[in-house]
Amino acid sequence: MPDFPLRLEPRAEPSRLMSYLSPLIAVALTLLVGLLLFSALGKDPIEGFRYFFINPVRTLYGLSELLLKATPLMMCAIGLAIGFRANVWNIGAEGQFVLGAIGASGAALYFSGSDSAMLLPAMVVAGALAGAAWAAIPALLKTQFNANEILVSLMLVYVAQLLVSWLVFGPWRDPYGFGFPQTEMFHDAALLPILLDGTRLSFAFVIALAMLALGYVFMHRSYTGFKMRVAGEAAAAARYAGFSAKRMIWIGLLCGGGAAGIAGMAEVAGPMGQLTDKVSLGYGFAAIIVAFVGRLNPVGILFASLLMALLFLGGEQVQQYMNLPSSISMVFQGMLLFFLLGSDVFINYRLRIGCAASV
Amino acid sequence: MDGNLITAILFATVVAGTPLIIVALGLLVNERAGVLNLGSEGMMAMGAVVAFAVTHHTGNPWLGALAGMAAGMSASLIFGVLTLTLQANQVASGLALAIFGVGLSAFIGKPYESVALQSVPAVRIPFIADIPIIGEALYNQQAMVYLSWALFWTVLWFLYRSRAGLVLRAVGESPASAHAIGHPVVLIRYLAVLFGGAMAGLGGAFLSVFYTPMWVEGMVAGRGWIALALVVFATWRPLRVMIGAYLFGGVMITQLFIQGSGLQIDFPAQFLSSLPYWATIIVLVVISRNANTIRLNSPASLGKPYRPEA
Repeated sequence: MPDFPLRLEPRAEPSRLMSYLSPLIAVALTLLVGLLLFSALGKDPIEGFRYFFINPVRTLYGLSELLLKATPLMMCAIGLAIGFRANVWNIGAEGQFVLGAIGASGAALYFSGSDSAMLLPAMVVAGALAGAAWAAIPALLKTQFNANEILVSLMLVYVAQLLVSWLVFGPWRDPYGFGFPQTEMFHDAALLPILLDGTRLSFAFVIALAMLALGYVFMHRSYTGFKMRVAGEAAAAARYAGFSAKRMIWIGLLCGGGAAGIAGMAEVAGPMGQLTDKVSLGYGFAAIIVAFVGRLNPVGILFASLLMALLFLGGEQVQQYMNLPSSISMVFQGMLLFFLLGSDVFINYRLRIGCAASV
Repeated sequence: MDGNLITAILFATVVAGTPLIIVALGLLVNERAGVLNLGSEGMMAMGAVVAFAVTHHTGNPWLGALAGMAAGMSASLIFGVLTLTLQANQVASGLALAIFGVGLSAFIGKPYESVALQSVPAVRIPFIADIPIIGEALYNQQAMVYLSWALFWTVLWFLYRSRAGLVLRAVGESPASAHAIGHPVVLIRYLAVLFGGAMAGLGGAFLSVFYTPMWVEGMVAGRGWIALALVVFATWRPLRVMIGAYLFGGVMITQLFIQGSGLQIDFPAQFLSSLPYWATIIVLVVISRNANTIRLNSPASLGKPYRPEA
């Protein structure tokens, strides 16, 4: 490259400080560009900031909604992080989420006469299995036929959406639902208990926290987790040590699929209370961003999912009060990941001003 | 089957394959330079919405198409800066672009969701359009269809007959060697990424302005990802991209024809609609089954960052 006044110079070793700072820099830059965006749209940026980031969490109810939205993100992201660490790129959490919702709904509808306390656990299992089964397709095709798991898992997102649409328009449609594409409302035994009276926050949040803890133990305290990290950071070393690459792919995808499936279960047995064709609001895709912004680390994912949940809620607020499409939250989410990837460069490089001293 | 139906199916197949050709050829050049941009779905969505808006305001579909290309290029520039200048991971950056582009297009497109455009008339090529059956299907088409054929010949010539194409392929195979003999690797990769973005934008513009003259959120419907799969299926060769794109066009159209034919088959419409996605998966499996096919044909440096040593 020609002599730039600013140059990137490789660091002797990656900066630990920067790896923690980089998400904060990304958040700050996203905020800054967000304020500019509001001004460019002819809206008061301070007002926009208030609706986006303050209003949603000013009340106890708002906070409970934040945790409610963060729940599926946390669940999907921790599963994805396990795969991402081993360079297993499961991009289809959105589809696995939908399959989990279908599996859990199937259990709820099949046992619609049951009052058993075992129904909810059965729904969790059904959701996890359905999500994992959906993720098993890319795992099988990757390990047996070397087919790219990114593209296969992504194609299955579209198939999953068509599948749920068929179910709620066809065999599972509520006969008394005025023709709406939705199942009947689940009965009480198939609904997750509410944690806080007067809110929609359910027991799913506790499950999500438990999943984060489990994820931590698996990634940082187990031998398999260690092997997967080695495979991700130094593929050659993992091969030399004889770690089975196929096993990593299976574990990575099944964890991701199972976790996303549980998230789908929590959605239908929680805030929705039924299966509809709009069961996922993009949680599976947003969880990819959560996993990266959270540094593929359970504690990081906890914070990142709260932040992304805030972006979802903020989008709803500005739609309601500032007459802007709620898809603005997707714009913010995408920007956040861009800035994160950009500022991550300073983990391995430092910025030098002036020309190279000697080459 | 009577001749008219064959003509109709052939016609629709060519139209459905056209955006895939345009986008996949762009990605092919992009990947031949060693850069994997997974953001094509986002770039297509950006191209589609911007082209629609510009066509709506100016009434000129060609201005719209140009604007769509510019939108795709701007989107790909973000990707370029991240991966080529800032050395970010190409997979993650591409995914970010896919999510961002789809989101931004939904945001920009909201006011245009209930707007309709006039359809662009077809261009009939004299004499050869009179050939029975195939004439009407191939030579009484949208100008963009002819453009996609021109693009194919241009890419073919560029990659295999021009010096610049040789350099581009060298950069994709071994950036270090290309750098050592004095080629500006990063610049060439930037140009390849921008070309990929422009073509993705143009493909999106074709969808929203020429194919179905309207804008709906999510209208790209996975075509950006299918185009990525097509490049793998084509083992990074332009002719196979063409063939593959029309095969996919055929799958998309056949299911529409079955759904629209009123044939009394007891098969849910959603299952038919999922056929193109299953076809993509099957195609990937068939072509990837032999690991050597992929290893020998894919550009050697695909997806790997390269930073010139001062």
